[in-house]
This record gives sequence, structure tokens and C-alpha cells, in this order.
Amino acid sequence: MTLSEEEQAILAGEFGAVRQWALQHQMEVGAFFSAADFVPVTQAHIMADTESLGEAGVCWLERLAAMDERQRRVRIPTITDPRGTDFAKATFLRQTSAMVDLERRAVDAFVKLGVAMTDTCINYQTIQAPGRNEHVAFGDTGVVIYSNSVCGARSNFEGGPSALAAGLTGRTPRYGFHLPEQRRATLHVRVEFTPKALDDWGALGAVIGRRAGNYWAVPVIEGLEATPGSDQLKHFGAAMASFGSVALFHLVGLTPEAGRLSDVAAPHLPTVRLTGADVRALQASYRAEDRVDVVVFSAPQLSLFELRELSGLCEGQRFIVPLLAVTSPQVKSDADRLGYTATIEAAGGTVLSGMCFYQSYAREIAEANGWKRLATNSAKMVNILGGYGYRPMLASMAACVEAAVTGRLAGS
Amino acid sequence: MTGRFFRARHALGAHVRGTTLVAHDGFSARYDLDRVAGIFSRPDHKLAGESFVGRVLVLDTAKGGVASAWMLHEMKSRGIVPAALVFNSVNPILVQGAAFGDITMLAGFDQDITAIVPNGVEVELDPQAAMLTLI
Repeated sequence: MTLSEEEQAILAGEFGAVRQWALQHQMEVGAFFSAADFVPVTQAHIMADTESLGEAGVCWLERLAAMDERQRRVRIPTITDPRGTDFAKATFLRQTSAMVDLERRAVDAFVKLGVAMTDTCINYQTIQAPGRNEHVAFGDTGVVIYSNSVCGARSNFEGGPSALAAGLTGRTPRYGFHLPEQRRATLHVRVEFTPKALDDWGALGAVIGRRAGNYWAVPVIEGLEATPGSDQLKHFGAAMASFGSVALFHLVGLTPEAGRLSDVAAPHLPTVRLTGADVRALQASYRAEDRVDVVVFSAPQLSLFELRELSGLCEGQRFIVPLLAVTSPQVKSDADRLGYTATIEAAGGTVLSGMCFYQSYAREIAEANGWKRLATNSAKMVNILGGYGYRPMLASMAACVEAAVTGRLAGS
Repeated sequence: MTGRFFRARHALGAHVRGTTLVAHDGFSARYDLDRVAGIFSRPDHKLAGESFVGRVLVLDTAKGGVASAWMLHEMKSRGIVPAALVFNSVNPILVQGAAFGDITMLAGFDQDITAIVPNGVEVELDPQAAMLTLI
């Protein structure tokens, strides 16, 4: 890789051992992908729940945090993805004190590194959405696909160590979706189905993700007969990224780089046709049982408008199984102030803040609470939780709320 | 490249020799593994129930979320980790995780590497030469 004078100085240790490690790590990744050089980034977003970090990862962070303050602090605005707990609700979740202690240690270390603990995977709805062509280093696949596709920003998937490295150096290797040529479509998708509910948008994203199949695939999509809003695009993209590892899609006439098909697609691109039957087949594959142990709305965290809708559905209800709604700290305070939290919790639900369900020791809390059959409207979450021992079921928000009332998911 | 040697377009890590565990399926540390028991736990994964510990995993592509970047490091600290990772195609997360966790990785072959390398055979990975060799 070609290094600037400053990068050579960082590599030589003139800016301290922390930044030196960061650049070395970035160079190893950059060399793997044949990056020619670095590109400056304006923001970094770190995924770092302690189920992922473990004791080893937290100890590693603490070693960085013990270094000289001038050397260890991030250079650019650097924020965090959801944590592994809501400290106020850890007892309710039956998380152990060891889990909570590890989270506190990780938070302390990040604060010493100058990281802002925003604890959100919807930063594009709540903190600051990136602009078109803005190079960023974002973690959380849902954040990256939304930022790339809907905002027109430029990011690869940046895992926790790499996003922190970007925060420390203010740059990232120039490969993948930082390059214009990588952003051209590789697959033309013609849909003959326009989703309505959020779980439909997620399911369509999941089907496209499966067809696309890998990180380097860029679907360009035509045929939608409605203009999706931010929450619809959030579920659509998060599911596509989850099922297919996809980091960028284009919607012709809707997303900023695809005013026309020809703006992003070469002639005679391979085309696949998707119908409502494809989407219904995916949804049906996650409706194997009717009894429900827990209902969860999460992944991505809920926006204020999603909580508003959920609150309306909960009005006057009484749940016989737990219902969990997970949001960001930024949205939670508004939901409290506007009365949404009180309505959901009056029905027997719980609103959690700053965490995400699957990032919060999902296997252990399932065993501790007897949760196996889980209903959600998140296609992303049903894709993840099978590996944690759950029987995840995908349904609309309204059907999930009804399941919390009756203990059964209608139509299974 | 034909025969016993297969060259990758991308490689990192140290020289490794080990026994393969092969499937034409994806890989995500969070989605697919019981990282405590050291087995593939996702019920519909082609390697469900198989132990990955100490094996050279030969899989189609990296899937899913960013957690793998931390998880490979954490798994390495406990010794519950594959010996190496070999993919047809890879996403940045697995590369970042392999670099951070000091795990050898090869990716990008001219043929479907999961169709060429048999399950349960000895292989040698030489990242310097970006080469996988059937022993």
C-alpha cells in the first residue's frame, strides 16, 4: 500500500503504540484485498457487545485504555452499536452478574478511548446519517447496507477491531465499496411483489440476499410499486445483509446512485424474477409452530415510529407471554416522554434500551427464561437465532402482539 | 492450477497443516456456531453437529454479521477455534477477524474449492505462497 508521510509516521510509532497497532491491522486487511492506499473517513461505528468480545476482547480493550491518554483517544467521531445488556433490565433478562460486569468493563475502556457510547444500530435514524459519497467506517451490517444504499455513503463491513482502528487513525483501506467500480450492480432483480408490513419488507430483503449470495454481489431492484420509508428500508436492507452478507443494493428511481437502471447496471446483466410466492415461502419456513414462549421486537432497534405503532397495538391488551421491544437510548427517552413505553409496559411488555436481543447472550437468556419458541417481525433476527437454539417465527407486528396475548401465533 | 496444489488470490496468516472439514455452505461465527461446545449449531447448516475445533474449514463464503471479527479472537483465546479458514469468497469481517485473531485464511480460487478438496484429508496452507496443498 502507498502510505502518506503521516501514515509512515504512524507506522513508525511516532503517534504511539495504539495508533501503530491500528495502522498495522488496517494494512494487513488492506493487503489482503490489494488496497492501493488509505481513504480518510469521517465517522466510525463499533460493534462490540461482550458476548462477542469475551474476556479476551475486554482485556485487550483495557490494555489499550491503559495507554497514554494522548495516544489512545479516537481522532474522529466514533460511536457504538448496541451493547449486550440494558443495565436497568439485566435482572429481568436473568443475565448474570459476570455478564453485566464484563459489559461495564468494556464501557469503561471505550470511554477512555474517547468513544461515544451511543449503543445503537439505527444511528442513521437517530445520530447522524452520512451524506452521499461520504467515506465512513461502520460496523453492523444493517448500518452499512443502509448507509451505502439509501444514503449513498461509502463503507465496507467494519468489524469491531477494524472500526476502532479507523477511529484511531481516521482512515481505512481503500477497497470494496469505497471504490466506484465495486458499486456497480452485479444482479438485476425484477420483483412482482410490493411489501406492505415490515416483516414483508424483511422477507423480500432476505429472499434477495439469498439469491445475491455474497458480499461482493450488488443487486439492482426494479418493480416496486410503492416508495418505502426509512423503517421499511431498514428491515429490507438488514435482512438482505443478514441472509446474503450484502452491503449495497440499488432501487431504480429511489436510491441515490440509481436514477435509471443504466446508471448502475451494464446491459444484459443476469436477471432474476421474484414473486409474492417466493416471499411467502420464506415466511412459511419460519412458521413451524404455533405456541410462543416470547415475543421480541429488535434487530434492528425500533424507531420512534415503530414504537408508536407497537404502542397502539398494545393499548388495552394483557400479555400472557413476555413481549420485549428493544430500541436505542436516543429513541427510548422520546418513547418515555410520549407515553409509548408506559402503554407497552401497562400491557405487560418491556421496553429495553441500548441493547439488541441477539447480541445480549441470547443462548444464556433463553435457557434462563425457558424461551425457545420466539415470535418476531424481524427477518434478520429469525435468520440469526436458529444457531442460538431458538425456534424463531416470523410474523407481522400485529400478529406478534396477538401472540403475546394468546400465547399462540395465528396462522401457523 | 490443477492437481494437488491450489492457489488462492488472497491469503494471510501463518503456515498451517491440518485436517479438512468441508461443505458448500456459508460461515458466520455468530449465526452458525456453538462457540462454547465447538460445534456448528445452526440446524440447517450442512455441518450441523460437527466439531470445528482444530480443523481446516473449507467453505463457500462468509455470511452474516460483524461479530465474527471479535469472536475469532475470543475463540482463539480458549483454543476452541478452527486451525484455518478457506473460502471461495470472503467478506471483510472474516478477514478482519482472521487478522485480529491471528488465524490463517485463504480465499478466492479459480474453481469451487469446496468441490475439489475432500472432507477429512490432510492439507497444508502456505499463506506466503497463497497455496493450499493436498498432502
